[in-house]
Amino acid sequence: MKKHILSVTVENKPGVLTRVATLFRRRGYNIESLAVGETENPSISRMTIVVNGDDRIIEQVTKQLYKLVDVIKIVDISEEKRVERELVLIKVKADATVRTEIVQIVEIFRARIVDIGRDSLIIEATGDSGKIDAIEDSLRPFGIIELVRTGKIAMVRGGSRG
Amino acid sequence: MKLKGAQILLRCLEEEGVDTIFGYPGGAVLPIYDALYDSNIRHILVRHEQGAAHAADGYARATGKVGVCIATSGPGATNLVTGIATAYMDSIPLVCFTGQVATHMIGKDAFQEADITGITLPITKHNYLIERTEDVARVVREAFYIARTNRPGPVVVDLPRDVMENVIDYESDKEEICIRGYRVMKGFNSGQVIAAVDLIRKAERPVIYAGGGVISSDASLELRELAEKRKIPVTTTLMGMGAFPSNHYLSLGMLGMHGTRYANYAISESDLIIAVGVRFDDRVTGKLDDFAPHARIIHIDIDAAEIGKNVDVDVPIVGQVKEVLAAINQRLDSVEEYTEWHKTIDRWKDEYPLVYGAPSEERIMPQHIIEVISEITQGKAIITTEVGQNQMWAAQYYKFKYPRTFISSGGLGTMGFGFPAAIGAKVARPDLPVFDIAGDGSIQMNIQELATAVQYKLPVIICILNNQYLGMVRQWQGLFYKGRYAYTDVSHQPDFVRLAEAYGAVGMRIKDSSEVEKAIREALEIKDRPVVIDFWVEREADVYPMVPPGKSLIEMLGGD
Repeated sequence: MKKHILSVTVENKPGVLTRVATLFRRRGYNIESLAVGETENPSISRMTIVVNGDDRIIEQVTKQLYKLVDVIKIVDISEEKRVERELVLIKVKADATVRTEIVQIVEIFRARIVDIGRDSLIIEATGDSGKIDAIEDSLRPFGIIELVRTGKIAMVRGGSRG
Repeated sequence: MKLKGAQILLRCLEEEGVDTIFGYPGGAVLPIYDALYDSNIRHILVRHEQGAAHAADGYARATGKVGVCIATSGPGATNLVTGIATAYMDSIPLVCFTGQVATHMIGKDAFQEADITGITLPITKHNYLIERTEDVARVVREAFYIARTNRPGPVVVDLPRDVMENVIDYESDKEEICIRGYRVMKGFNSGQVIAAVDLIRKAERPVIYAGGGVISSDASLELRELAEKRKIPVTTTLMGMGAFPSNHYLSLGMLGMHGTRYANYAISESDLIIAVGVRFDDRVTGKLDDFAPHARIIHIDIDAAEIGKNVDVDVPIVGQVKEVLAAINQRLDSVEEYTEWHKTIDRWKDEYPLVYGAPSEERIMPQHIIEVISEITQGKAIITTEVGQNQMWAAQYYKFKYPRTFISSGGLGTMGFGFPAAIGAKVARPDLPVFDIAGDGSIQMNIQELATAVQYKLPVIICILNNQYLGMVRQWQGLFYKGRYAYTDVSHQPDFVRLAEAYGAVGMRIKDSSEVEKAIREALEIKDRPVVIDFWVEREADVYPMVPPGKSLIEMLGGD
């Protein structure tokens, strides 16, 4: 089992996300993460889908996805040189005694503090999954109140389109 | 020209060559029915929307054209669902129009509102909810295009009432259909064709395994050419019945769970399987690990997603079955030999013919009825079936000779399918006798359509193989549940003869084998209304041979 990143361009229309999600559910494939947004062409959206599976499963997923009329193109970019990003918002307990320590961690990860409460901070970080996992681990000892993490988005390096 | 959405819809249907619609009116489709009233398109009024979907399906299977049905919003639309799923599983081209509440009411739980595009998402090839009258023409064209091209399938078009009622300026433009995410499959990989030809030349024990794709691709002649050129035995799936003549010397009949022993043995012993328009369904392969252990596999199909879905194949060829077979045939020379392989198969055919037992007094063997219909009609009839024992006996004992003459719910296995499908088939092919081979259980699932058949003077012949059981389930209870017949005894049933007569159909009851032929000949003489023949058959007759579930194809029960 290997993680695959599928970059799927679809019609930017209502219901397309449901079609894709229904297909995964119905065929018994599990979506690990999913990010959707408009592309440079407003009539097209891009879904970045991370799915676990051996080559046979990924081949089936891809073929079944292609059968959806609203799916335009699918590229498995797992083997490509690429830039990957996720974004996380972490609300962490932070009274006066630990604030300096947290600020240092934020600086090390080149993250940002985006909100300050009386006893808490909201920290925003972007990066690949490894960095996001690391900042989460570093902040956990202080007490994470809330955490929101986006799905992965990715882009192939160089001049070509994914 | 100023036209209502509903009028534009009807014009588009006429442009698509639609001559018949099966439907049932209701509040949300009133504007469409009003437009239909002025149209030349024939509307067949069914008595339940499920009947409309199955009738459109039967029409499509009998002709190869797209079947069309219409139902109102809410319960009308949800009543189509079983019919849509049936067509989806068997890759039948349908366009199903459903009424919808007005656009400003959608999502408000309005009266007779159902999210039919949501409900049918996993059982349609594609579906549409039209939100603007300006989109009606484009969507209808796309719907037909998608339904009939590549691997065919049902498309649902949901039509809000206001979209049908609104008037816009409309000029018919024959714009090219352009759907970014949908391309019609053209051509094939010729390198793969050469690889296939090479395997066929070298094979010593080849078998062709042909399915519904041969029929939907209209490739029976090409299939026959391949078989005859290389003297390759042919077995068909349930969906492939009629793709190859059953009385041909190379025919092995059906394979799989209730296939012939010789078909299953041939597949299991073969060194090359040429799989054409098939999907390696579990009812065909039996236990997957033991399927055709010695064979290399060539798989030809229009749907790339079917390649490697259930079994690994050696030479996949994605393309129109008809084109691919023609290309293969072109590269193959004829052989004349009668080989060891043919001798082995002939020996199996002699040793394990399809057999059934003798009837008891006052009871007929159900298989005998199918044989008599086959004998009388000589393949020149359309046979629809319900689901269960009736379906398997029809597939085993009727000698199909032509494509589109066997109409049966293969994938979904829908009881209640056969009779409305027979109505659709009869509307499409009034020149052919149409039989619905039914069970006493299945026929009661859509018996209300007798009113439809009587109204439109459709002489469909319903042969009820009446064993007063849900026979196939009872058979499994007998074999695998220690004979505990839990709730499969349906002997509490209506008098089918009087029921037929109440609807205005002809009813007959036959209990004696010697009267079977006479009854069928009499039924064939009736040209202006349906006939129900209630055959009292041997109650505990079973379908054999049989591959028990989860077993391999060579572990068959019965028929030896």
